[in-house]
Amino acid sequence: MKYAYFPGCSLSGTAREYERSTRAVARVLGLELEEIPDWSCCGATSAHATDKLLSLALPARSLARADEMGLDVVAPCAACFNRLRTTVHAVRSDRKVRQEVEEVLGQPYAACSDAYALPDVIVNRHGLDNIVPHLKKSLGGLKVACYYGCLLVRPSAVTAFDDPEDPQTMDRLVRALGGEPVVWPAKTECCGASLSITRTRVVWQLAAQILTAAQKAGAEAIVVACPFCQSNLDMRQVQAQKWSGRRWNIPVYYFTQLLGVALGLPPGELGLESHFVDPLGVLRQKALV
Amino acid sequence: MSKAVLHLSEGTEPGFLREVEQEAGTRVSLCYQCGKCAASCPVSFVMDLEPYQVMRLVQLGARDEVLRSRTIWLCASCTACSERCPREVDVAATMDALRALARRSGYRPAEAQVALFHGIFLDNVRDTGRLHELGLMVRYKLRSGDLFSDLDVGLPMMRHGKLKPTPHRIRGVEQLRVLFARVRAREAAAVRQSTGADRESEAAAGGRPEKGGEGR
Amino acid sequence: MKRIGVFLCHCGSNIAGTVDIDRLQEAVRRMPGVVYVEQNKYTCSEPGQEQIRKGIKEHRLDRVVVAACSPRMHENTFRRTVESAGLNPYLLEIANVREHCSWVHKDREEATAKAVDLVRRAVAKVVFNRPLQKARIPVEKRALVIGGGIAGIQAALDIADAGHEVWLVEKEPSIGGRMAQLDKTFPTLDCSLCILTPKMVDVAQHPNIRLLTYSQVENVGGYVGNFEVTIRKRARSVDESKCTGCGSCWAKCPHKVPSEFDLGLGQRKVIYVPFPQAVPNKPVIDREHCVYFKTGKCRVCERFCPAGAIDFTQEDELITERFGAIVAATGFDLFDHARYGEYGAGQDPDIISGLHFERLVNASGPTEGKIKRPSDGKVPRSVAFITCVGSRDDHKGISYCSRVCCMYTAKHAILLSEKVPGCRSYVFYMDMRTPGKGYEEFYKRSQEMGTQYVRGRVARIYREGDHLVVQGEDTLLGRKVLVEADMVVLATGITPRRDAGELARTLGISYDQYAFFNEAHPKLRPVETNTAGIYLAGACQGPKDIPDAVAQASGAAAKVTAMFSKDTLTADPLIATVNEAICSGCLWCKPICPYRAIDEKIITERVRGRTVSRRVATVNAGLCQGCGACTVACRDGAMNLLGFSNEQVLAEVEALCR
Ligand SMILES: Cc1cc2nc3c(=O)[nH]c(=O)nc-3n(C[C@H](O)[C@H](O)[C@H](O)COP(=O)(O)OP(=O)(O)OC[C@H]3O[C@@H](n4cnc5c(N)ncnc54)[C@H](O)[C@@H]3O)c2cc1C
Ligand code: SF4
Ligand code: SF4
Repeated sequence: MKYAYFPGCSLSGTAREYERSTRAVARVLGLELEEIPDWSCCGATSAHATDKLLSLALPARSLARADEMGLDVVAPCAACFNRLRTTVHAVRSDRKVRQEVEEVLGQPYAACSDAYALPDVIVNRHGLDNIVPHLKKSLGGLKVACYYGCLLVRPSAVTAFDDPEDPQTMDRLVRALGGEPVVWPAKTECCGASLSITRTRVVWQLAAQILTAAQKAGAEAIVVACPFCQSNLDMRQVQAQKWSGRRWNIPVYYFTQLLGVALGLPPGELGLESHFVDPLGVLRQKALV
Repeated sequence: MSKAVLHLSEGTEPGFLREVEQEAGTRVSLCYQCGKCAASCPVSFVMDLEPYQVMRLVQLGARDEVLRSRTIWLCASCTACSERCPREVDVAATMDALRALARRSGYRPAEAQVALFHGIFLDNVRDTGRLHELGLMVRYKLRSGDLFSDLDVGLPMMRHGKLKPTPHRIRGVEQLRVLFARVRAREAAAVRQSTGADRESEAAAGGRPEKGGEGR
Repeated sequence: MKRIGVFLCHCGSNIAGTVDIDRLQEAVRRMPGVVYVEQNKYTCSEPGQEQIRKGIKEHRLDRVVVAACSPRMHENTFRRTVESAGLNPYLLEIANVREHCSWVHKDREEATAKAVDLVRRAVAKVVFNRPLQKARIPVEKRALVIGGGIAGIQAALDIADAGHEVWLVEKEPSIGGRMAQLDKTFPTLDCSLCILTPKMVDVAQHPNIRLLTYSQVENVGGYVGNFEVTIRKRARSVDESKCTGCGSCWAKCPHKVPSEFDLGLGQRKVIYVPFPQAVPNKPVIDREHCVYFKTGKCRVCERFCPAGAIDFTQEDELITERFGAIVAATGFDLFDHARYGEYGAGQDPDIISGLHFERLVNASGPTEGKIKRPSDGKVPRSVAFITCVGSRDDHKGISYCSRVCCMYTAKHAILLSEKVPGCRSYVFYMDMRTPGKGYEEFYKRSQEMGTQYVRGRVARIYREGDHLVVQGEDTLLGRKVLVEADMVVLATGITPRRDAGELARTLGISYDQYAFFNEAHPKLRPVETNTAGIYLAGACQGPKDIPDAVAQASGAAAKVTAMFSKDTLTADPLIATVNEAICSGCLWCKPICPYRAIDEKIITERVRGRTVSRRVATVNAGLCQGCGACTVACRDGAMNLLGFSNEQVLAEVEALCR
């Protein structure tokens, strides 16, 4: 299977390990990712917090290129996925919107290609049946809290990703890898990503709630599919521990990293060295690295 | 929520509800203040108005009170509210619309940092085509004066190569520059149309100071 | 030449305020056939009607046109007026110059011109009106009541007490409906079964009532006064004439399955009566789960039955009977809270519905009336109640208010504090709706007993170890609130029965977007349907509490007995007729008729000395509702609607196009 690949801005920076593990996993699974040539930023929250048209025109630029490639788009970043998908949806369902977008874009855009989230592509479209034969190691009952956050699942009418209250996509993957997904109540709670820089304390508080919920559910690790979720739960975990005086010490992986481990890929290829909360300890306990 | 008497017959703008509904593409008038949005909202604890109070004030046409609120800037756009609203009001889209209206009407954002961040973010995208995280952080820190937070995480990030030192310029920057210019032009036209010349000139002058957020 | 009289009504200023009646009169005077025109302030008043009678006599009128309000208001009035002056009532036409003209226009010029057109149309039509005679149809004085909940029981008893035969058809093994599942009832807290069982016993013992339980209506034919209904009496596997209800069989049956009556909170045997006070107190074998029916072995019940009543060979029985009237009283189902992902999607055993709670507090329920939470049997120390689950939630598909949930939740809070002293209870509500007699006082009582009412919808409920956390908003404070609860009770809304649409189609009655049965008029005909002879009682028509269900049931019964007080019914003659001479027998009209009133028949006639038979359409006068669909479909022009014949309609069109 071949997809037009939209890495998004953070994958060359804060989420480098997501980029590396995605590429590595895709290679093993035989998933072809062709980067959209000269793609540009989706605009993220800043665009739609400012101007609706801008928030649609920015993703449309890259989407129009995917249309030319004749491929559906996959985005590893949940925020990019959400903006891309919103744009496809808006342009398809409203002719006036399409016209406005085309006007500011200065080129036609028909929203032919669909946009999918990476976990959706790997787990549901490529399918667990095509993953299991490649597995080299079992997660050995590792207790994992799958954290989906907001942007993968909501608004469900647009994302059409999974159940907005109790998504299962990553849970099914974890189970297939030999891990044990925990039942926990914060799966789709918000981490406050858009306020991470400007109102950091709010994010500490939200991260604390999510981490506490994972801890109470007995999770040894958290998996995510979004650079913002990852940095707010991993990088900000360290700060939130200081701020709140509580300790969680739960490693936060991209789902591609855990998948990569189970596929037998070496930690270096999965970017496992660049976390804040030690990612290797738990894996060593299970003799996975 | 302000406790000042709200004069429904004089102190409000009946047209405001229509304006917001049009901009947001959702029927705010259907809200029956059940509070499920606020109960779902992860950041209501820092908001000055609960989301349904914003909906209520919009319904009543209390333009000024809504547009100067912190809530509209603190909304995290998580859309938990819209997903669960029993009256299918898109609360999150309403928050987006209110931010846009506040900007166009020349209100100084009650959460200046948030607005500043969005502005720098978009400038960054306009100039290079992709967000340069380090550039964004540095500009934001300099402009907001919040220099020393996050140093504890910044250095390890550098070490891990998570903060790329130089931006990547895409080839199609010119298309983006034009795109931004066209959006801005349309916005300016919308300001002229919806609010008349007086508001527009204020917007150009950087907003009227008396409309700044006072906070709680 | 016809002699037409036209009467122009002012309706005070309702019409005259917008239409220039003098100019209208001038125009009408010149219309062909019009020999007399007159104005009245109120034509429907006694003096106004007298003027019509006088006009008919003095000017020897043989056709009358009244230009006034909608025929829906006064057509019958004026028909009787002309009849009392010796004219056939169907020689009258009405021009609606109020609803169709003065009320919807402002411009006097235009309104007057339109009024002239409308009257010209009526005058052109009335020329072709023919005298019509009302048909008389005999009435079968036997009623069918479908559904044996409180509404069906009440309707059956009232009709039977009036001396008429009633058949009561109930699909479950016992009558009683939802009310039998309830513990106490608001607003008086009397025990539900204590007030219900006397009525159930009355039904069983009433000489005029024939009770068919475990039965369903399969087919309904015929028409008002003469319905022909086929009922399937499902095989009980127990001979009712022999069974004494001693209970040996269900005591000895070795197999248990979840009890439907207890909503799966308890178990029942495979041969069972749903609850101890069941009427009839005779068991059924649930063949789907019966080991004998599955494997051919067991027959324990047969061995222990002292009366020899078990009959594994029994088969479904189809019974066909004629009825003059039908009352639908099939009640309601509950909204399935599995649709609320945010409230646990129906997966958490301690998040239950209000009806589950009724079973939990009921002394004959699965916990013998001790309130224990389903997951581990612990007595709860804190319970949260949430109203409007499903109701008033467009996102989940239901816009309406279910009317009973506020009250039954207040009841639950009271029962809880009586049964588990010290247990904390919280009610999350949006509005407390207490418009019945004694209802607000009942709500107040629950507040006095310590229930915390929190105004706001709950965002989500999640499990945290041993307990549930309810995350809501107190909108009166503008603050988020959390409640730790051992159990959560969702006041799930009232929905139509899952098979309501199907039954409505069998009966030929209409239903709304949700599948509640439609009344003929929301205010003035609340117990009738649009199909003559079929009436509604209880929650099948819309959410209702017991007092309202009973009142409506008695209303429906009164309608039935009023109809049964006559030996024949008069039928409106405005129905379709076939001109057999030109009908080619294609029967295109047959599938088009929504009332299934068209059938075929073979006629024999002599053509050039020989006798030939051929097929033609025929209209059942009892079924035809005069909608006219067939007349448009007929390629030969053989179908005609009396009172709206093809020549009448064409004359109207011509008059309007002039
Ligand atoms: C949790 C809860 C608590 C309540 N508490 C109170 C209270 O305290 N006080 C109060 O006044 N009201 C209360 N109510 C409302 C009360 O239950 C209803 O008003 C009442 O049951 C309506 O009676 P019904 O006969 O219309 O319907 P039902 O009770 O539903 O009876 C309908 C009957 O028709 C049968 N039936 C259905 N379909 C068919 C078919 N196709 N063929 C044959 N038979 C069929 C059913 O089996 C059933 O026996 C409560 C409701 C709920 C959900
Ligand atoms: S959830 Fe919807 S209806 Fe309820 S208060 Fe919020 S916006 Fe209004
Ligand atoms: S979208 Fe905004 S208002 Fe709505 S719940 Fe999320 S943060 Fe709160």
